[in-house]
Amino acid sequence: MPGKLKVKIVAGRHLPVMDRASDLTDAFVEVKFGNTTFKTDVYLKSLNPQWNSEWFKFEVDDEDLQDEPLQITVLDHDTYSANDAIGKVYIDIDPLLYSEAATVISGWFPIYDTIHGIRGEINVVVKVDLFNDLNRFRQSSCGVKFFCTTSIPKCYRAVIIHGFVEELVVNEDPEYQWIDRIRTPRASNEARQRLISLMSGELQRKIGLKVLEMRGNAVVGYLQCFDLEGESGLVVRAIGTACTLDKLSSPAAFLPACNSPSKEMKEIPFNEDPNPNTHSSGPSTPLKNQTYSFSPSKSYSRQSSSSDTDLSLTPKTGMGSGSAGKEGGPFKALLRQQTQSALEQREFPFFTLTAFPPGFLVHVGGVVSARSVKLLDRIHNPDEPETRDAWWAEIRQEIKSHAKALGCHAVVGYSESTSICEEVCILSASGTAAVLNPRFLQDGTVEGCLEQRLEENLPTRCGFCHIPYDELNMPFPAHLTYCYNCRKQKVPDVLFTTIDLPTDATVIGKGCLIQARLCRLKKKAQAEANATAISNLLPFMEYEVHTQLMNKLKLKGMNALFGLRIQITVGENMLMGLASATGVYLAALPTPGGIQIAGKTPNDGSYEQHISHMQKKINDTIAKNKELYEINPPEISEEIIGSPIPEPRQRSRLLRSQSESSDEVTELDLSHGKKDAFVLEIDDTDAMEDVHSLLTDVPPPSGFYSCNTEIMPGINNWTSEIQMFTSVRVIRLSSLNLTNQALNKNFNDLCENLLKSLYFKLRSMIPCCLCHVNFTVSLPEDELIQVTVTAVAITFDKNQALQTTKTPVEKSLQRASTDNEELLQFPLELCSDSLPSHPFPPAKAVTVEKASPVGDGNFRNRSAPPCANSTVGVVKMTPLSFIPGAKITKYLGIINMFFIRETTSLREEGGVSGFLHAFIAEVFAMVRAHVAALGGNAVVSYIMKQCVFMENPNKNQAQCLINVSGDAVVFVRESDLEVVSSQQPTINCQSSCTEGEVTT
Amino acid sequence: MTSELDIFVGNTTLIDEDVYRLWLDGYSVTDAVALRVRSGILEQTGATAAVLQSDTMDHYRTFHMLERLLHAPPKLLHQLIFQIPPSRQALLIERYYAFDEAFVREVLGKKLSKGTKKDLDDISTKTGITLKSCRRQFDNFKRVFKVVEEMRGSLVDNIQQHFLLSDRLARDYAAIVFFANNRFETGKKKLQYLSFGDFAFCAELMIQNWTLGAVGEAPTDPDSQMDDMDMDLDKEFLQDLKELKVLVADKDLLDLHKSLVCTALRGKLGVFSEMEANFKNLSRGLVNVATKLTHNKDVRDLFVDLVEKFVEPCRSDHWPLSDVRFFLNQYSASVHSLDGFRHQALWDRYMGTLRGCLLRLYHD
Repeated sequence: MPGKLKVKIVAGRHLPVMDRASDLTDAFVEVKFGNTTFKTDVYLKSLNPQWNSEWFKFEVDDEDLQDEPLQITVLDHDTYSANDAIGKVYIDIDPLLYSEAATVISGWFPIYDTIHGIRGEINVVVKVDLFNDLNRFRQSSCGVKFFCTTSIPKCYRAVIIHGFVEELVVNEDPEYQWIDRIRTPRASNEARQRLISLMSGELQRKIGLKVLEMRGNAVVGYLQCFDLEGESGLVVRAIGTACTLDKLSSPAAFLPACNSPSKEMKEIPFNEDPNPNTHSSGPSTPLKNQTYSFSPSKSYSRQSSSSDTDLSLTPKTGMGSGSAGKEGGPFKALLRQQTQSALEQREFPFFTLTAFPPGFLVHVGGVVSARSVKLLDRIHNPDEPETRDAWWAEIRQEIKSHAKALGCHAVVGYSESTSICEEVCILSASGTAAVLNPRFLQDGTVEGCLEQRLEENLPTRCGFCHIPYDELNMPFPAHLTYCYNCRKQKVPDVLFTTIDLPTDATVIGKGCLIQARLCRLKKKAQAEANATAISNLLPFMEYEVHTQLMNKLKLKGMNALFGLRIQITVGENMLMGLASATGVYLAALPTPGGIQIAGKTPNDGSYEQHISHMQKKINDTIAKNKELYEINPPEISEEIIGSPIPEPRQRSRLLRSQSESSDEVTELDLSHGKKDAFVLEIDDTDAMEDVHSLLTDVPPPSGFYSCNTEIMPGINNWTSEIQMFTSVRVIRLSSLNLTNQALNKNFNDLCENLLKSLYFKLRSMIPCCLCHVNFTVSLPEDELIQVTVTAVAITFDKNQALQTTKTPVEKSLQRASTDNEELLQFPLELCSDSLPSHPFPPAKAVTVEKASPVGDGNFRNRSAPPCANSTVGVVKMTPLSFIPGAKITKYLGIINMFFIRETTSLREEGGVSGFLHAFIAEVFAMVRAHVAALGGNAVVSYIMKQCVFMENPNKNQAQCLINVSGDAVVFVRESDLEVVSSQQPTINCQSSCTEGEVTT
Repeated sequence: MTSELDIFVGNTTLIDEDVYRLWLDGYSVTDAVALRVRSGILEQTGATAAVLQSDTMDHYRTFHMLERLLHAPPKLLHQLIFQIPPSRQALLIERYYAFDEAFVREVLGKKLSKGTKKDLDDISTKTGITLKSCRRQFDNFKRVFKVVEEMRGSLVDNIQQHFLLSDRLARDYAAIVFFANNRFETGKKKLQYLSFGDFAFCAELMIQNWTLGAVGEAPTDPDSQMDDMDMDLDKEFLQDLKELKVLVADKDLLDLHKSLVCTALRGKLGVFSEMEANFKNLSRGLVNVATKLTHNKDVRDLFVDLVEKFVEPCRSDHWPLSDVRFFLNQYSASVHSLDGFRHQALWDRYMGTLRGCLLRLYHD
């Protein structure tokens, strides 16, 4: 009996009228946890009942505490017939199980009904008393902290980053059980909601156990997804990165009560841990599972794979052979050895992080991805989900081998996804091959990390761009040059990654959102034939998506992509590909060559003229974009490079001539008939369309920027005015014109119009940037395309934006002070004891002005008179891991919620738009209410992982499933902090030290 | 390619003030889009008509969802579904309850019943305000009326508390409720020159002086069926007003009154001779209005009577406003010097308010 859960039902308000005769409600509440249920008294005739119940106490195992949600049902008492349910509240009590997260959940929760939506609110108080349990064989993992954030959370420091954890659980989907035919839609929806809540609790507990085995205490970059496989079941799977985190403000008291103390951790080197993944998946070898999955599977589960590195646009099937050169430079070899020792024990050296502690990332190879088409079959035994495990294991193996081919031992920015249509499922995984600094992966002591970071910080500013593979034995054709920054190492001419832009990277100008969009028609087919057709189409789609990305990148005059996410969606009769990334100009990489257009029929004069006209248009666009995004590298690169290299001019000229010659090489390639990304051949109408579509992408209106990474390179002065939003569009294709071209155009227009609408709606926030723009495509029906976008708009200060920092030092300073608390806080500890009275006040005064953006938005917010009667606190939501102009002081726990909404009166609720609009607003409200009840005032790393919408207008019905997650936090405005700091000299000193450090 | 579904949901609910106004004015989405296009927004922002259409639809949907909450403004403050900054909440409420002068003049003093609601079609045609907007305004009046009808205490305070309106708007609503409750006739042709502000001014004076709440009489017995303190005129007071009859019925008293006024105003009034000639008629008119107020019918015609019996005669003789003020002041004050007249307090309560009203009503 290791835990006691205590629940008190205080009151309700705004309840719906349940008794038409009296226009009132006789409400009471059932509180259920596991199999125990308590009831409050009936509060007669009121829409605002005051139950003020006793404390309901549940004595439960901590295993149950982790798995089960607290279930609160509000009912209307009826003397003569059955009591009517008003609605429910599910409360995940997991945040109460960490020693340092929330201590109590208390507040108003919306009462939710899957048919009627939110119906009033209920005030609940929840507490947990945990007893220590030293049982070694326990099944619970209380105390392991979970973060959705894909970087080290702001008020923590990573002692060790252990690596990949994954788990999946399967079950039958209640919606497809026989009983569903006789029960009400409400009962069915509730069964589903409850089951998924239970499954995600179980999944989290199992992942936690793995983390404890690895001697970690937290999971960062935790990503949990549902696969609604229909008839064949329901899969809940999760991946994350196990870490040992150390709380920065109170280093002594960070370990949870039921975890092993930190000293012990150092004694046992992590490497001895035999295989972190064996426990969960059991002895599931690929071989075994193939026999397990139903027999014909082997024949049609074809895998399509491609290693999407810089220039390799063709799928590399033979890449796993490990052809990567082992004899790089001596430094490289050394590093490789070190990393190898740290990583080789691991089955999968994957990291779901997208941003890293400084010095962690040594080199980046490029994007690696793998896809596989599978036919779904009924999951026979939910307790042994080996088929699904094996599928993922296969894909991960492939990713691992791709990374190896790039001379890398790790994959960062790793993510997995699925797309399901009927019985076909595409599994996808992607990440960025990288070489990591081994010291973070083992028992990196605090001092070690710091020293090393200080040493390496400056030299590695361009280090991550340097190629990790051997130039003599390259895995793909690439044009290498010497790094434009340090001039010592080789760099590729283009770099694609799935991670965020490293904070110490030098970027010229601003970045922008780049999307490649593609549709391919596919014949309707059944089972095996269908899977084969899809498998055959995939490589072509990947190829085209990459060509598009490359062309658009060149058109923007940029040379690197960050945050690349390629989504392939499968439908009944088509495949959709959508790639989003943020393009930037990395100072370390060479200037991209232009785009050349070549015709196939050179004799035709008018044709020639047309070609040259197009060429001119493209060149103009490139020039315009360079101006728009403030890309003017030559002067800057020479300035910066000036000092370290004795004869900079000569050298750079030399290099430039090299890059010119590389252009010639591509032309040569063309003459050999090899198609290269730089050269567009216009040989048929298709290619014409491509060129046109290239030019139709309209840049955002002035004052707007957009990116899909955390922050926009080149903008540093965010104000605190943020607006997170979700926008959904569904279009119906007219079945007459279903050609690839028409389809492409429709899809392209859909995305472009959606962006235009966003720019228009948010025009009051100008100057502003849409950050973390996340597009999701689904094909709910034959002729329907659904696009869901979630992003955050952040206003920045224009005056400061104008004087865009010219020196990288200043830039990194600003960025560090606005978002990267880690940077701020590492040095805090260094300085606070050695330099208690550091005389830095002037420096501080200057930077504070820059760091705390007191923009108009901020001002407006504060001057707004607080509404005297309002009891509702503001809760901010953002997909970013930080809140501009504020400091996160506490992480309260993970928010992971799943809702179903259904209606049988679609027209009355305002049609599909009215229905979904209301539902999404309700989901936001429920997330905010839970965060507020935990004592938080924001959700960071918020993500809407699923928004499955189905309609049947003829029956006047619709159903929608939404899954969201994020980290509940407490934040404090930097402006408020300043007040405190001026009163407390120690803090004052700390922040001044920070400045001292960052500027070095 | 047709858009099946198109929505935008912000964590902070986006409110576009211009679109809100169009929505409140009852324009359809199509009309609103056309009006927005005409405002030149496309040129300013470089947006397309399709974008505008989608944006307008979105806002309309949001407003439609908010409308339920706006019917009980405190709910808007406590609800969790829409995160709206307090200043925006106040704006939403204030604009929702704002009304058109032209409309309120049509409805003022009418019973807020289904019958009146049926006439909204005509009002819409007459005023050029969309039927939808007329309905909203009418329903607002009715809703406020229903909520405060049975309440004790200050009418303005009750309205402010339950509808969170600004002081100014709450006062206007108090006037509307007061007029609707007492059914004052305001629609007659001769009253057309009066604005809502004129009536609201009078209503405020009457609420302050002529209702039960005005004299600060707390009900001694809580179970007694007391009238609503601020909404109904003080019945006892109206009954007492009959005592004023003596001022015109007693010829000596009337003559004395006239001579007192004339003595005081001689040489100070531009229209002295007209005043002197008309004094008895005017005084009779004013006192008769008072004595008739026991009948509901006559209460309703209060403003008609005031205009007929006082405003029009003075206006036809071209009294300047300053002379009207001199006259009314002297007319009220002189009564204190009438030794035979014992109802000084009653007179002051009546004439104090009436004087204020008449001065406000006296214009072209």
